[in-house]
Amino acid sequence: MADKNGFLLRIVTPDRVFYENQVDMVEFNTTEGEIGILPGHIPMTVIVKPGILNISEPEAEKEAALHSGFAEILPEGVTILAEVIEWPNEIDEQRAVAARERAEERLRSRTPDTDVARAETALQRALARIQVLK
Amino acid sequence: MASMRDIKRRKSSIQGTQQITKAMKLVSTVKLQRARASAERSKDYFNCMYETVNSILERVGHVEHKYLASNTSGESTGSGNSERNRKKAVIVITSNRGLAGGYNSNVIKLVTRHPEWKKEELEVYCLGNKGREAFTRYGYEVKDCNSDIVESPVYVDAMALSEKLLKSFADGEIGEIYLAYTAFKNTVSHIPTLLRLLPVEAGGADEETAGENAGAKETAAVMNFEPEDTEALDMLIPKYVTSLIYGALRESIASENGARMQAMDSATSNAEEMISDLTLKYNRARQGSITQELTEIIAGAEALG
Repeated sequence: MADKNGFLLRIVTPDRVFYENQVDMVEFNTTEGEIGILPGHIPMTVIVKPGILNISEPEAEKEAALHSGFAEILPEGVTILAEVIEWPNEIDEQRAVAARERAEERLRSRTPDTDVARAETALQRALARIQVLK
Repeated sequence: MASMRDIKRRKSSIQGTQQITKAMKLVSTVKLQRARASAERSKDYFNCMYETVNSILERVGHVEHKYLASNTSGESTGSGNSERNRKKAVIVITSNRGLAGGYNSNVIKLVTRHPEWKKEELEVYCLGNKGREAFTRYGYEVKDCNSDIVESPVYVDAMALSEKLLKSFADGEIGEIYLAYTAFKNTVSHIPTLLRLLPVEAGGADEETAGENAGAKETAAVMNFEPEDTEALDMLIPKYVTSLIYGALRESIASENGARMQAMDSATSNAEEMISDLTLKYNRARQGSITQELTEIIAGAEALG
């Protein structure tokens, strides 16, 4: 059953291993809603939605902005294959704010050929970035 | 025997070439180090993705899915489609510049000398100028060519390419997608590799991972998907294809620089050899001319005396 030692969380991006450590819990956004994973979870594959990734290590908590990818959850560990993920110190706040305004503007002045889905994802991404910085 | 001046001219031209090859070798050594580091960093993702998708596919068991079933076998009942679906798309990763030994031709040969493939069935997507030149020359159908990607691969570029391919796969324009690249094993050994991207070979993992997965399979329950499994695979497989393309790009670049370094190294040492040979010849010719001059002077003096 759920052991007290936590589980192994691996976050891999195309360019590097972003994070690899024993953690107690990890939380992030999926297409079906927010999800929090504790040790001994049933095997599951989820698709990531832009949002905050919250890692609870035994001693500390960490946050990152997770934008796209998917996660394979197994009882013994979680692997997140992230296409885009950033630590708070890697985020350019001004750019994120500008991106949010752009996306909001596009959604407000909607025309038939506005790519709504794309604007919404852009908005979610910008919001995730700004939220992580706070 | 060639005249002294000829030999001298030839020697200095070889020396010039040697300087170029030496410089190119140094440049590609530096580039190789950088490319290798980034290839190794992205290899993790690449392997992880491959293993994850394979283990997911194994857990799922048999799912009817548009990306899993081969279009050729799946629609063989509708005979009108099967002809068109025999089309194969091949992504060929080559370099933009030459002077890399057998690097480019080895990858190209993988496709042109494939025993079962016919020229008419193939659509070639070239990454790199050299591939485009070769395939156009051989008369293949070159669908698309993007040579900028190869200089500095970005994940987004790989994504754009895979999106395009997946779309024509889903539309039934092509039946199979292959990827030809050069796997980077170490600095001196690069293996031209042909990989089938789609349809995904379920359970076709190499022995090692298959063994691992079989072990995991017994203990773990059936994989759950949190959207529906077909929907999840819809999103997963494009990512899988993209990551394979991206990983292959990274490895190919490392291999290209490795191959160029080797080629330039042997060119430099060949030039060295030729120079020492020519130096010998030059000295011999000079000695010959001195001896001749002396003989003439002595003969002249004797004739006078």
